[in-house]
Amino acid sequence: MADSMFKATQQNVSDEHRDFLVQLLFFGMTVLLIIPVIIILCMLMWKGGPAISWEFLFSEPTNGMTAGGIFPALVGTVWLVTVALLVSVPLGVAAALYLSEYAPDNWLTRFINLAIINLAGVPSIVHALFGVGAFVLFFEFGTSILAASLTLAIMTLPVVIVATRESLQAVPLAFREACWNMGATRWQTIRRVVLPNAVSGILTGVILEVSRTTGETAPIMFTGAAFFLPFLPESVFDQTMALSLHLFVVATQVPNVPEHLPYGVALVLIGMVLLMNALSIGLRMYLRGQKKW
Amino acid sequence: MVEQAATQAPEAPSGLSSSAHRDTTRASNKLEVRDLNISYGGVSALRDVSLDIREHEIFGIIGPANSGKTSFLKAINRMDMFNKNMQVTGEVLYDGHNTRTLRNVYALRSRIGVVFPLPVGLPMSVYDNVAMSPRLRGIKNKADLDEIVERCLTRAALWDEVKDRLTTLGSLLSGGQQQRLTIARALSQEPEVLMLDEFSIAVDPVTTMRIEDILKELRNEITIVLVTNLVQQARRLADRTAFFLMGDCVEIGETEDLFSGNVTDQRTSDYIAGRFG
Ligand SMILES: Nc1ncnc2c1ncn2[C@@H]1O[C@H](COP(=O)(O)OP(=O)(O)OP(=O)(O)O)[C@@H](O)[C@H]1O
Ligand SMILES: [Mg+2]
Repeated sequence: MADSMFKATQQNVSDEHRDFLVQLLFFGMTVLLIIPVIIILCMLMWKGGPAISWEFLFSEPTNGMTAGGIFPALVGTVWLVTVALLVSVPLGVAAALYLSEYAPDNWLTRFINLAIINLAGVPSIVHALFGVGAFVLFFEFGTSILAASLTLAIMTLPVVIVATRESLQAVPLAFREACWNMGATRWQTIRRVVLPNAVSGILTGVILEVSRTTGETAPIMFTGAAFFLPFLPESVFDQTMALSLHLFVVATQVPNVPEHLPYGVALVLIGMVLLMNALSIGLRMYLRGQKKW
Repeated sequence: MVEQAATQAPEAPSGLSSSAHRDTTRASNKLEVRDLNISYGGVSALRDVSLDIREHEIFGIIGPANSGKTSFLKAINRMDMFNKNMQVTGEVLYDGHNTRTLRNVYALRSRIGVVFPLPVGLPMSVYDNVAMSPRLRGIKNKADLDEIVERCLTRAALWDEVKDRLTTLGSLLSGGQQQRLTIARALSQEPEVLMLDEFSIAVDPVTTMRIEDILKELRNEITIVLVTNLVQQARRLADRTAFFLMGDCVEIGETEDLFSGNVTDQRTSDYIAGRFG
């Protein structure tokens, strides 16, 4: 009796078949997707690998950028990303806190939310032109790290806001209500319960943001990054070289560059981004391991 | 309120020091509810409720699901502030002050401890859960906090189970433990009024009895509003009981009168006798 009860019918068999085929199809598409990624990485390692050395990382470009290293560009990218973060993270987190924890549900809030989503879709070249108009010319920062970083910050702000807002919303409302019931103000509730439990998600978002900022070229091209400037910047009002722009320059603008050089620059750039992403994934895995409710 | 002085409360055998003491404290009303109406997005949930809750009594509220008991508690605590959908009209006087027009709702809420039916252990250590309210009041001294945490957890019948693991996350305790943690947290506010909404839903019968005994003791110090689905629990604990039905307050009276069939509305005795609901 029990055997016949669980015996597969014709219908069961064909359902299972279809399920298997669908799975195979999706797997195939996934593989197709990662093939280009693997090819790019292999190409970069193969062609750019030989260029990488301590010397390459820590010396200046020489011979009209056809030889030497990338140190000023590396330092410049760190400057640009750091200053951009110092601006976009506090601003973005504050805005997300307002939108998630304080804002009443009315047309203004909905309008702001819509604006943020649209801002995230603005092409980076438009941000670049905005940066020139606003920071370089209007505020008279000139072409400088400050102007370039502010442009990057504006560009990345929507992503910081969205990531932060999402991790704030992941904290259940019941926790907030429990605090409010004790007589806690909104800020006390945020500080003691909401933020400590959202900080992991915020951090993950921020790191992903860094990796994106690192590779941007258009927004910094007209606002603060120099083609060739073999000095390290001393303040945010200096211009600087940057890895992404340097790659563009040696790959397309300078004649007689040995082939391994642009590949080396690209490899360093990708390496930085991958490092950041790995950090972010590691952090997320660590925090997922400590589930709090 | 002539009858108020005249009627002697049905006294539970335990926890009552002297009836003389009780009579003087009973002279004042802790909460006075006047024409309270609650609706959600235009749909009425509670209509024209007027009642007094006396200082140092256990005031029971019974009634079937959907009768507006939880909404009533939320209105007292001004939790409607956080739900745009919830409209409240009428007055609730706390020690004679109208809470509906109060600006400092934080002071109001910190004087009222609430326990809602779904237990919420905050995602911080058990210790921090209970120490949070004292910390909000500005208590920083470790010894003071330790004392409060132990006292509140003991009163909530949870101390023995968690005393060796005060650092575990409150949100990872079992459902029944989280419920008692919520009670401990409410007590840590050193509230003047304690509102319990079906607190025993996730708690086993033995522990429920222990908490009930503690509530009887607390009656000497604070005012308790007890919403319960267990009619017999109201009978065991409440001095007076109100019966809510479909958004109306059908009956308010001495608990003993309600249970001895001395009621003004037939539906009350039907519900108590278990004939519907
Ligand atoms: N947040 C809300 N939004 C909309 N309607 C609500 C909300 N909370 C309660 N209500 C409605 O108000 C009415 C009364 O609900 P309430 O929770 O006060 O009943 P209750 O007496 O506590 O019931 P129970 O015994 O099941 O807890 C119900 O019809 C319910 O649908
Ligand atoms: Mg309820």
